[in-house]
Amino acid sequence: MLHATELLGSIAYDAQGNFVGRVRELFIEPADQPNRVARYLLGRGKYQPLVARYDQVGSVAAGTMRLNVNEKALEEYRANEGWLAVQKDLLDQQIIDTGGRKVVRVNDLDLAEHHLNGSVELRVSLADVGLTGAVGRLLQGVASYALIRKIQGKLPTSTIPWEFVNLIEPDPLRRIKLRVSHQKLAHFHPADLADILEDLSSEERQSIIDSLDEESAAETLAELDARLRQQIVEKLDPEKAADIIEEMQPDQAADLLATLSPETSQELLEEMPQFEARDVRGLMQFGENTAGGMMNTHFIVVAESATREEVIEWIRSNDVDADQLDAVFLTDSSAKFAGVVPMGRLLLADAGQAMASLKSEPLLSLLPDAHVRDVFELFDKYNLRVLTVADDNGSPIGAITVDDVVTRLTVKARYKFK
Amino acid sequence: MDPGTITSRTPDWRDRVNKWRQRTRGARRRLALFMAVVGPGFITSNVDNDAGGISTYSVVGATYGYALLWSLIPMTIALYVTEEMCARLGVVTGKGLSDLIREEFGFRPTFFVMVTGFLVDLGNVVAEFAGVAASMEIFHVSKYIAVPIAAFVVWILVLRGTYRQVEKIFLIACLFYVAYIISAVLARPDWLMAAKSVIIPSFQFNASYLLMLTALVGTTIAPWQFFYLQAGFVEKRVGPRQYPQARADVLVGSISCMVIVFFIIVCTGATLYVSGHRNITDAKQAAEALIPLAGRGASLLFAFGLLNASLFAASILPLSTAHVICEGLGFEGGIDHKFREAPIFYWLYTILIVVGGGLVLIPGASYLKILVFSQVANGVWLPIVLIFIVLLASRRDLMGEYVNSTTFSVIAWVTCVVMIALTIVLVLAALFPGRFGSVPGL
Repeated sequence: MLHATELLGSIAYDAQGNFVGRVRELFIEPADQPNRVARYLLGRGKYQPLVARYDQVGSVAAGTMRLNVNEKALEEYRANEGWLAVQKDLLDQQIIDTGGRKVVRVNDLDLAEHHLNGSVELRVSLADVGLTGAVGRLLQGVASYALIRKIQGKLPTSTIPWEFVNLIEPDPLRRIKLRVSHQKLAHFHPADLADILEDLSSEERQSIIDSLDEESAAETLAELDARLRQQIVEKLDPEKAADIIEEMQPDQAADLLATLSPETSQELLEEMPQFEARDVRGLMQFGENTAGGMMNTHFIVVAESATREEVIEWIRSNDVDADQLDAVFLTDSSAKFAGVVPMGRLLLADAGQAMASLKSEPLLSLLPDAHVRDVFELFDKYNLRVLTVADDNGSPIGAITVDDVVTRLTVKARYKFK
Repeated sequence: MDPGTITSRTPDWRDRVNKWRQRTRGARRRLALFMAVVGPGFITSNVDNDAGGISTYSVVGATYGYALLWSLIPMTIALYVTEEMCARLGVVTGKGLSDLIREEFGFRPTFFVMVTGFLVDLGNVVAEFAGVAASMEIFHVSKYIAVPIAAFVVWILVLRGTYRQVEKIFLIACLFYVAYIISAVLARPDWLMAAKSVIIPSFQFNASYLLMLTALVGTTIAPWQFFYLQAGFVEKRVGPRQYPQARADVLVGSISCMVIVFFIIVCTGATLYVSGHRNITDAKQAAEALIPLAGRGASLLFAFGLLNASLFAASILPLSTAHVICEGLGFEGGIDHKFREAPIFYWLYTILIVVGGGLVLIPGASYLKILVFSQVANGVWLPIVLIFIVLLASRRDLMGEYVNSTTFSVIAWVTCVVMIALTIVLVLAALFPGRFGSVPGL
């Protein structure tokens, strides 16, 4: 096993034993094979550098490389965007560890040797992100390879298998050439992905959001810091931004649009389908510190005379998000708010029981312009998980859920210490 | 409470407040935008006037009166140019300076910058605690009480606070610099002559004048500044759209820094220089000598200013150093992390404070040697980092449209070369004292 730093700077000899040059760079061709060192750049001082292919290398060791061909068989170097350069694109750069779900910096690479008849192929096995790699880089060229290995042996290792390494490449064209896919990222929990995004530069953040599908992007954006969210959305194409915003809950979308400039938010609202846009616009008219500014317009409303069986059938047949199910809201025959049935009661009820008999007491609702303080008080006092927001006529227009309250309280608490 | 619909209880006055808030939304938004950005530039420039700086400036005023005031404008320009590049780098790339150096120049240069930076900053921290000790002695408090308390306060502040909290406290501390303005006014200087000296250069070609000039310049631009400034904007997530506000922050900071320097020099220049007390070597002597000349009030204000500056700097320097080293070498760091999450960061910070404060407490401490060492390390460190900064800010692939324009490039490189030349002179003088005259503030 060789370290990339042991190979960089090595002297390369051809089959006849003539000095060819020094190894200046290792290239991987992800389109061909994701982990094989496909090309070696050999620098020759003031002469044009040459490139050796993976099948032209006879043997390697720390500090030296022996080719199995004559110098004349080597090609001249021509830059290629589809080649991943180890020194330039990997070492000292940040990558995403999809196993550990964080952003780390690469100190060194571990290369495994594969002997085939007549040649040696090097495949990247691990990215070294810890002390061993740091020491290797520091002492490279200053101490002997043996000494470095000895010191490294005494240090704790911190490595990431190459399959879990996700490159961060802001340029979309290069991303395609390098086959950089952020598919694994889409499986992260949005909060983990948001943490990762906060560690990156703005360009890198943008490139990752670009590569996610709209739903994952919406979920991730919802978990990000408001300022970052605003910066990212402003840099997106209006169409793509609108698509993402559609996937968000209306109250989150309203919060986001409120932070953008009026022109931008108008533009995005126009890109959205009418129905969604109307919902969002409706929410945006409420102040930030009111019940209306916290509520969600997506909630389940059934008649208070409906039975448990009917309600469950209805929920099943409509594509309802199971994660959003906390309670069912009831209305009476004149469409006025008549109560809330928590999921727990629904679960334990008999099939034929009417909703009206399952509702919680007391009947609570707030007007949309009520202050958030009133919201918090009610949640606390009555141990609520959802709270209805009703208009002047008493019809339910929105629901505030406990996670919204927690988010607001955390933000408030943070600000209190500032 | 009756079961029933609970309606909003917002009383009338809240209605009125809400209406006012809606009307002033635009203006408040702009102010909030500016306040959200301001901070790093302003704080950095003011911490520049730390214990070492104040010592140097008081000595300059006492020894040469107003003769060196002309250098203030060129220094402001140099300060602004270098800080602006760092601000721009942070705002456009969203990365800290040590991150950028690591990514563009490699591991070894980064490591070297970190290590020398650490040594320089350690020396500076010693100077800050020495400043605390000296100012408290004027208030008749022994350094064996003052320094440990100061160290503890500083340590706790960062350990328990969040970035925003700490920044607010620092900003308030900046306001206390007004103490110097007041003490300068109490000294009743010849304002007209001072103003003239700022605009009209008067160069003297002798070794000690040159050295004084070099020390003046050398104390203005320090290692941790660049890193702290850039990290500040990155941490506040200032984006390219708020670049104008960031630049304004840096400009206001640079100017306010030089304004304070002006008043310190004028204060000692109008009193000590004029009355012949030209041989002071540090700020404490300056404060003491002020008593018969400008009254006890001026002296106390001067000492208070020194205390404020020292505490302020003692809080920021170790913090910035720890942050920068962790960033550059890939460790978790930042005061928004808990101790368990970022052990190396908090250990570095603690070591800097404990060693810095401890060295000052050693009886009969000749921490002068440490200061000399720190100056030399700075002389090695500064040229490299300055060159890195200018190179980075000139890279179109990093900065896009915010890359250095040709005129700015020229100014930046000239500033760079002049700073490097002056720093080398200072290093030689510190290493071979007596040959070139003695260095003030040491």
